[in-house]
Amino acid sequence: MIARALPNVALSRRQNDMHDEHDHDHDHGSHLTEVELRVRAIESILVAKGYVDPKALDLLIETYETRVGPHNGARVVARAWADPNYKDRLLKDATAAIAELGYTGRQGEHMVAVENTDRVHNLVVCTLCSCYPWPVLGLPPVWYKSAPYRSRAVLDPRSVLAEFGVTLPPDKEIKVWDSTAEIRYLVLPQRPAGTEAWSEDKLSALVTRDSMIGTGLAKSPAEAS
Amino acid sequence: MNGAQDMGGMMGFGPVSAEQDEPVFHSAWERRAFALTLAMAAPGAWNIDQSRAARESLHPAQYLAKSYYELWLAGLEKLMAERGLITAEEIAAGKSLQAATPVARVLTAERVERVLARGGPTERVAVTPQRFQVGERVLARNLHPAGHTRLPRYVRGSVGRVTHVHGAHVLPDTNAAGRGEQPEWLYTVRFAAQELWGEAADRTVSVSVDAFESYLEAV
Repeated sequence: MIARALPNVALSRRQNDMHDEHDHDHDHGSHLTEVELRVRAIESILVAKGYVDPKALDLLIETYETRVGPHNGARVVARAWADPNYKDRLLKDATAAIAELGYTGRQGEHMVAVENTDRVHNLVVCTLCSCYPWPVLGLPPVWYKSAPYRSRAVLDPRSVLAEFGVTLPPDKEIKVWDSTAEIRYLVLPQRPAGTEAWSEDKLSALVTRDSMIGTGLAKSPAEAS
Repeated sequence: MNGAQDMGGMMGFGPVSAEQDEPVFHSAWERRAFALTLAMAAPGAWNIDQSRAARESLHPAQYLAKSYYELWLAGLEKLMAERGLITAEEIAAGKSLQAATPVARVLTAERVERVLARGGPTERVAVTPQRFQVGERVLARNLHPAGHTRLPRYVRGSVGRVTHVHGAHVLPDTNAAGRGEQPEWLYTVRFAAQELWGEAADRTVSVSVDAFESYLEAV
């Protein structure tokens, strides 16, 4: 069963940036096969021993692949833009304010929202691993977990931002938040100009994942159309 | 421990390379490795700090060479092996070779939603008085514990200012070592980039970390 043929998907550089050189030294297909076979063997043994319920595994995957993602965080941001009272609650007690919209639980137990302004830009990182606010952003992208980002976001955030195409005024204050405990950070990006009469639904389409990490800005109405 | 996971301030990894329209998982095995890791915390009865410590205990060369879910898999295998839940022989054979160890809990499909919604809050009732106040200057102690810790190297020995107090939280250092939660006050401490990286650093930049009380001392 575990020897079943695998889809011939090359282990691409996107799988892990810090993995590049390693990948290039090996045959992609055989490397993938080895890991794939190992995971299949482990799963079948754990199921046989009664330690895991395969249906629970399917549900865990489905939850984070289809239901939980940055569209949740975009609702939070759009609400904060549209409703000043909500924004106050979000900045004061993000866990409770985010729970108002139904986003709670694993890796979002203790939330803090940090607001971008004309003077301040916030950037979130986890230098020690991959801490990320799952209920509002889903699972982190590969680059967030990669060595280039984790090493340099705290040392030289402007160069990291430049790699994301974000150039800030030289006098703009940059606050980097390293998620070293169980507090999870959500950046509240600045509301784009020209959106004054917009509905929450319409506003949420301007909120990108990266704008809630701090490696991006919210889209302008022109960029969104 | 001063392992490869503690990357803040390291150099030479090259530019950040973001993939456009990145999928949540890049292959089928990543999905299964992710789900197995979450699900096995029930029968394995380990905590998140033990999971992190297991990944960090890899040889630095291995840690840096492995992809993210390969790291998760290696950590999972280590935790399972330590508890006798699976053996290397079984993985090599691809089948169960010995009877299952009795376990207290299994994550069933019916419980998934509830378990995820509950998560793992780490705030606890404080049993000691709060030592530092918002606005106070504090020194990140020069600590190099051999076990798991969450005080990154790049702040050790630097002076910052407390900006937030988060109540008492489970201390990862003891929790990872199986020595209990021993809750401590948790603070956000902001450091000027010039304090961390020297005079040449950008004076508009600050870096904040969340630090447990025993990581800090009064200045």
